[in-house]
Amino acid sequence: MIKEVKVGLWEKIYIPEIIKGLSVTTKHFFRNLLNPEKIVTIQYPDVKRPIAPVWRGRHRLLTKEDGSLKCVACFMCATACPSKCIYIEAGEHPDPSVEKYPVRFEIDLLRCVFCGMCVEACPKDAIAMDLIILELAGYERKDFILDINKLVVKP
Amino acid sequence: MGIDILISLIKIGIVLSMLLSLAAVLSWAERKQSAVLQDRIGPNRASILGLRLFGLFHPVADAIKMFFKEDFIPARGNRFLHTIAPFIAMMPALVTFAVIPFGDFIEIAGKKITLQIADPNIGIIFVFSIASLIIYGVVLAGYSSYNNYAMLGAMRACAQMISYEVTLGLSIIGVLIVFNSVRLGEIVRMQGQLIWGVIPGWGIIYQPLAFILFLTAAIAETKRVPFDLPEGESEIQVGYFIEYSGMKWGMFFLAEFVEIVVVSALITTLFFGGWQIPYLLRDGFYFPGGIHIPLNHNVVSIMQVLSFGFKVIFFCWLQLMIRWTLPRFRFDQLMALCWKGLLPLSLLNIFVTGAAVLLKG
Repeated sequence: MIKEVKVGLWEKIYIPEIIKGLSVTTKHFFRNLLNPEKIVTIQYPDVKRPIAPVWRGRHRLLTKEDGSLKCVACFMCATACPSKCIYIEAGEHPDPSVEKYPVRFEIDLLRCVFCGMCVEACPKDAIAMDLIILELAGYERKDFILDINKLVVKP
Repeated sequence: MGIDILISLIKIGIVLSMLLSLAAVLSWAERKQSAVLQDRIGPNRASILGLRLFGLFHPVADAIKMFFKEDFIPARGNRFLHTIAPFIAMMPALVTFAVIPFGDFIEIAGKKITLQIADPNIGIIFVFSIASLIIYGVVLAGYSSYNNYAMLGAMRACAQMISYEVTLGLSIIGVLIVFNSVRLGEIVRMQGQLIWGVIPGWGIIYQPLAFILFLTAAIAETKRVPFDLPEGESEIQVGYFIEYSGMKWGMFFLAEFVEIVVVSALITTLFFGGWQIPYLLRDGFYFPGGIHIPLNHNVVSIMQVLSFGFKVIFFCWLQLMIRWTLPRFRFDQLMALCWKGLLPLSLLNIFVTGAAVLLKG
């Protein structure tokens, strides 16, 4: 229900109401002019807004100390994924102590819902969604299909 | 004779350059001021060698952009009228400033130079007769564009401006009765008198109602929010200059800001004592209580010019403030406000002023 505002003679002669409105805007004008730091705008590319540490940013595949992938291609993340955006192709690892490794590991960001289930499902802590990459813009659809090269972020 | 023409040309050059640069600064001020009063930052990206100066270079960038844009003329429009319309809209706004006094006079080498380009006997009537020509620019722009939106916008602008011109003219008659002159220089000089030796006898003291009527009608004449009915994004786009691009559009845009400056100057001249500073006479300050600070006359004149400039800038600021505070009217409300509200009030104002002057003798 919209509350009906009664417009009497006082409002009909406009001037007191205009002065009321002007006093509000003038107050804001001088407050912001004298304390520009109170303006809430964040000048984005120069200044980045503070983000909570639990924020789920873009996925990364983590590596061991020697630089090889932690991922063992167990398909846990692909199974847990509700939007079925993870595609893994497993391959035989040359090192006999390691069973498998992903030949292809692709995440389709256009399908991803950023739920974080893959991170929780991973038994090896090989995939992370953290604050390293936050900007997800791209020019083409294929920019959003991330392969291993894009998923491994070199420090 | 020759020296007089030279002095006039110098005065015209100074006034025109001040007017146009103030108008350009206003186009920045409007964006910046609206941003600040809405808790935003506003334009601040244009820079010259990394110097940003609060975005003060944006008007320069805009001007460069507008000069290089395509000059579009509709295929079935009238080429000649389409080209000449922005000039007709711009010209009256610039010419009206010729009769506005921006200072008393200065003496250089024994020669008395009046700080006003021209002071014709008809004064304020010249301002209104020239200002009413702005309608031609608007109507020609709408007519020559061969566009229904432009035509509708021009018709709206025409109806609005003619209606408000009546109030605009009638509201100042009270001022003319009080000061008994139509010469703007004379009106300003009369406002230097003090009432009971304390209050500066500015027009607003005698004519507060006329000030409000004049301000309202003048904002309507400049076709800005809350009276920007000639434009209407949801109905007729930008109205009469929808088919304009590049610097021709820029001239309509600049004319709007020049009009703001002219309106501010007129309000200052008629109601706020023009170049007068309270208690400042030709040879220094005379405060009530007998305190006298003597000053050179040329110093006094420069202070008065600065005071005029300060007042004009204040009223420009006030107009921008009003523009960003109030929502716009509907067209029937606009017409009702003019014909049922402002016009009877201005007639009443003339009657009361006349009666008071008559009774006082």
